[in-house]
Amino acid sequence: MSERYSFSLTTFSPSGKLVQIEYALAAVGAGAPSVGIKASNGVVLATEKKQKSILYDENSIHKIEMITKNVGMVYSGMGPDYRVLLRNARKLAQSYYLQYQENIPTAQIVHKIANVMQEYTQSGGVRPFGVSLLIAGWDEDEERPYLYQCDPSGAYFAWKATAMGKNFVNGKTFLEKRYSDNLELEDAVHTAILTLKESFEGQMTEDNIEIGICNKDGFRRLSPPEVKDYLASVQ
Amino acid sequence: SILEYNGAAIIAMKGRDCVAIASDRRFGIQAQTVSTNFQKIFEMGPRLYIGLPGLATDVQTVHQRLQFRLNLYELRENRRIKPKTFLSMVSNLLYERRFGPYFVEPVIAGLDPKTFEPFIASMDLIGCPMVTDDFVVSGTCSEQMYGMCESVWEPNMDPQELFESISQALLNAVDRDAVSGWGGIVHIIEKDQVTTTELKGRMD
Repeated sequence: MSERYSFSLTTFSPSGKLVQIEYALAAVGAGAPSVGIKASNGVVLATEKKQKSILYDENSIHKIEMITKNVGMVYSGMGPDYRVLLRNARKLAQSYYLQYQENIPTAQIVHKIANVMQEYTQSGGVRPFGVSLLIAGWDEDEERPYLYQCDPSGAYFAWKATAMGKNFVNGKTFLEKRYSDNLELEDAVHTAILTLKESFEGQMTEDNIEIGICNKDGFRRLSPPEVKDYLASVQ
Repeated sequence: SILEYNGAAIIAMKGRDCVAIASDRRFGIQAQTVSTNFQKIFEMGPRLYIGLPGLATDVQTVHQRLQFRLNLYELRENRRIKPKTFLSMVSNLLYERRFGPYFVEPVIAGLDPKTFEPFIASMDLIGCPMVTDDFVVSGTCSEQMYGMCESVWEPNMDPQELFESISQALLNAVDRDAVSGWGGIVHIIEKDQVTTTELKGRMD
């Protein structure tokens, strides 16, 4: 019955759902796993970056990207859709800086990105984005870390720790057991790697995962040698 | 000259853990004085004030439009704006009208909402900001005000000394200007209170 309502995004199904959004969430659920953990002094983002062939040049394209010096993000789902949102987010953040000469607070940029995603659920001739985003930021004013998730529907949530993509249910259960409020960033990175490991097939190396951290010094992606060091303490 | 049509005088000064902002009260149309209680300093936050000298219609419009932007900012961000950020907001508003500007040259005075650090700044009619550590002046008798401030200002004045200095600087400067004066008003902004005083001066 709901198939009849699945063609047009802007039509509600009788059960009150927008089926296209459900399908978009399914696209996310089929994507590569990603994990985010908020520690007392920072946030860590981690994701699996499995390439289909050994011929891929792994270090040329990145999944974990910076939006501004103090905010970064990662995704699960469709890479091309992510690129569009990333570009959009960067422009929005810069517009804010142009007006206020101040870095955009994490909650504000998340809200703006979520608004963009929502627009694509209520406009004609477009489809929702096939990604869920994990956004990590450091708030200069409040001097605290933030972790948010943005869904294709435009809904966003603030998390202490979460997982997205394949096997996210197991990931979240794992995090529920491992998370504590006084986790430090170093421990959080360790825990993030362990969470990814739960659903990882094969050997984890510094070339098939990506890790990003955000603390008072800003957001940065860890280099492969740094990732290797963390992996060494896990394996 | 458009900036001299209505006449105005505003000074802001920095003291120790406090700031002061003062203005005259005249609203005139060239030589004719029309009102002696015209508001040129506006409260934009519990410890943030802006003084707007210049064309009276723009004084009111800029204040209203600024209030609009500020209200949305505070609702969106769920916090009070910092004086430095407010400076950028005003600058942005004025530069948007680069080729048809508002004829106001604002003066900002306030304390940071978290650290209570004093802050004063001024800018020109197209939004060029200037942050100083001592005093800022703006209006038709700016030269006179500069002279007075240079004489009476010294660093680290407490609120009472600051009040005396800024009042004397304003009163004596506007007395050498035909289109400023007709009373004065001073706000002394400290961490836990704002004291507003009306100055008794020459009503001519």
